[in-house]
Amino acid sequence: MSNSIFGIHESALLVRRDRAEVLANNLANADTPNFKARDIDFRQAIHQFSSQSDSRFKPDMHRTNARHLEGFAEPSTSDFLKYRMPTQPSLDGNTVEAHIEKAKFAENAMQYQATLEFIDSRIKSISGALKGE
Amino acid sequence: MSLFNIMDISGTGMHVQTIRLNTVASNMANVDSISSNADETYRSKQPVFQTILDQRTGEPRNGVRVKEIVESQAPLKMEYSPNHPMANEEGYIFRPNVNVVEEMANMMSASQTYQTNVEVLNTSKQLLLRTIQLGKG
Repeated sequence: MSNSIFGIHESALLVRRDRAEVLANNLANADTPNFKARDIDFRQAIHQFSSQSDSRFKPDMHRTNARHLEGFAEPSTSDFLKYRMPTQPSLDGNTVEAHIEKAKFAENAMQYQATLEFIDSRIKSISGALKGE
Repeated sequence: MSLFNIMDISGTGMHVQTIRLNTVASNMANVDSISSNADETYRSKQPVFQTILDQRTGEPRNGVRVKEIVESQAPLKMEYSPNHPMANEEGYIFRPNVNVVEEMANMMSASQTYQTNVEVLNTSKQLLLRTIQLGKG
């Protein structure tokens, strides 16, 4: 239901949120030896998320009785994690380049806000329609 | 996974950087801790970081922690100074293997990374607040 109201923006919000987390983790590990910086392939993730519609909310749960409830879980973006190719690899095997990660994080935050705007305007138009404005 | 998790991640990032700043402070404070034998001399301490793996998925998504604090294996500075009150029988004193220039660079790097983590935390907080405000405006 909610999926049809918000369209692609609902999935986009989830992917952007997960991407923010991955980038934040890169920045926190800026000085960890052998840590490899990662990023989410947004294009692939959003494609997968939006094409699977409702089935993605049902994880493979081992149900031993037919009356057990089906599980609801958040879709995972971990399949779309890619490793960042560093431009200047460091000696300790760490591939985090703080300036790049910071730029990506800021970019992602802006996109998250844009997605919020879309969802917000959708809510406004629907509540306007309900109120008969 | 949520925006709250980012706050935890940045929190761990800030935490390890304060530990790094602490070891820098300890190293700098002990730069003149002279001793009369090699075993008792202060050695430069450096934290080694390790990424925290998710218990369930094994993914590195939970920030960072201090794995251990290692002592520098660099040679101590042996100095011939027979008139020094701490000198041993041969007239030598031992100075810590703290490299002041290295420590200063270390300190600046640590405070930069700390700052970055604070920025990430702030941005996440703003995004979270805006998400909570959805539909209220």
